[in-house]
Amino acid sequence: MNFIENIGSIIIGTGRHVVNVLALFFETVFWLIMGPFKKKMPKREGIFSQMVFAGVDSLIIAFFVAFFTGIVIAMQSAYQLSRFGANIYVAPMVSVGIARELGPVLTALVVAGRVGAAITAELGTMKVTEQIEALDTMALNPIRFLVVPRFLSLLVMLPCLVIFADIVGIFGGFLVGVFNLHLDPYRYLTFSFQFMAWKDVWTGLVKSVVFGITISMVGCYMGLNTKGGAEGVGKATTISVVTSFILVILFDCILTGIFYFANK
Amino acid sequence: MEKEVVIKAENVIKKFGERTILNGISLEVYRGDTFVIMGGSGCGKSTFLRHITGALKPDSGKIYLLGKDLTRVSDDEMDALKKKIGMCFQSAALFDSMTVGENVSLPLREHTKLERGVIDIVVKMKLELVGLRGFEDLMPSQLSGGMRKRVGLARAIAMDPEIVFYDEPTAGLDPIVAGVIDKLILDLSKKLSITSIVVTHDMKSVFSIADRVAMLYEGKVLEVGTSDEIKRSNNPSVQQFISGSPDGPIRFFQQKDDYLEHLIR
Repeated sequence: MNFIENIGSIIIGTGRHVVNVLALFFETVFWLIMGPFKKKMPKREGIFSQMVFAGVDSLIIAFFVAFFTGIVIAMQSAYQLSRFGANIYVAPMVSVGIARELGPVLTALVVAGRVGAAITAELGTMKVTEQIEALDTMALNPIRFLVVPRFLSLLVMLPCLVIFADIVGIFGGFLVGVFNLHLDPYRYLTFSFQFMAWKDVWTGLVKSVVFGITISMVGCYMGLNTKGGAEGVGKATTISVVTSFILVILFDCILTGIFYFANK
Repeated sequence: MEKEVVIKAENVIKKFGERTILNGISLEVYRGDTFVIMGGSGCGKSTFLRHITGALKPDSGKIYLLGKDLTRVSDDEMDALKKKIGMCFQSAALFDSMTVGENVSLPLREHTKLERGVIDIVVKMKLELVGLRGFEDLMPSQLSGGMRKRVGLARAIAMDPEIVFYDEPTAGLDPIVAGVIDKLILDLSKKLSITSIVVTHDMKSVFSIADRVAMLYEGKVLEVGTSDEIKRSNNPSVQQFISGSPDGPIRFFQQKDDYLEHLIR
């Protein structure tokens, strides 16, 4: 009985969190759309500094992850394809694999670890040091003031990072193809893009938009609900990153399923 | 002359789970007064303050702030009310991603259409009031605890509020800074006729600033009156609190069961 009770309480607890995150999401979208009409625009400097932090500062780590992933896929697929003498098919392997799947997912995971954790830690510290309450007593809505800029910056910057990661990843595979497999560079690139449909790119971008929303919402929700001092901030940050990771993979699976079956 | 009531609480009850924090609080605060709420740790002082600033809602009872019923106001009305009050937090609660100047100017930048230059002048004036002019460009982490508290006070009065709330304004400060803050609270209420609500258990500052005092104990108002009335109160609990005596009706021990029994159980 105890076991079943535990499962029940976990499901109820999770359900409550899901409802609360959705409520936060709708309120964020409300302020994003209604803010300008109520003459309460989010401050431009605030949004820009968040965008620089979430996007520009993530370029280096996104570069390394995408670049080496591109190299690895090229080498792993060459290992299989060379048996059939089909080395040139390394090119579409890399480009389609990166654009559809690995570009968006790996970039999202990197951003969840870097930006999502920072969002939770910052908002969590503000929460436990009464700064959120101070904002509220000044009639500054914390969602409008803190959540909207972070939401907007990830919504815009994650797809940008994914496009960057796609290019870098394909370039990594290109290096392997040209210098290790001795393929003709022109032929490699032609093959890369011949097999890559426009759909491969935009499905990847749709994914990245969903991931951006997920990471920012989970990060802000965990931060705003932090309790209990420094230990609480640490816990909230850990839970935020773990939850983001799981949700990114889960949504990736769901979206891939939708795109896969919609294609049939 | 009848004084205007700016804050009125009627039988406010608040429970957190099983624990009753506020157990039927009723009191009135008049315009221009310095009203001190005193009481031991955990008696519900800060919780009550959070109810008046709208951060918490009571389980039952009513709170009127500037004539508006806080349990019924819309969000927009609440925002309008919040612009008329200032809150000085126990931990200062400065935004540590902003400089001192940005902290003080934030409500002005967000809620008014004043020009940059005007705002800068207002910020300098408010910082001069708390004796910290010239510290605009420092970050909160570079300040001492007392200075942070004074910046928090400057931020609280940035919008020229009608009511300022102070949560333990002198706790953890040296006697001189504590005296300066007390004098500042007095100045603000006398010169600008700001109503001040001060939550404290610093007896020295209670009797130097208070027009009226309320003593809270276990979520109830034990006694309300002018500071002279409180000083001459017959209530043994009030007298014990003022003198700081360990013996008296207020028990230091929170636990209810028998010590000996607990030890050998």
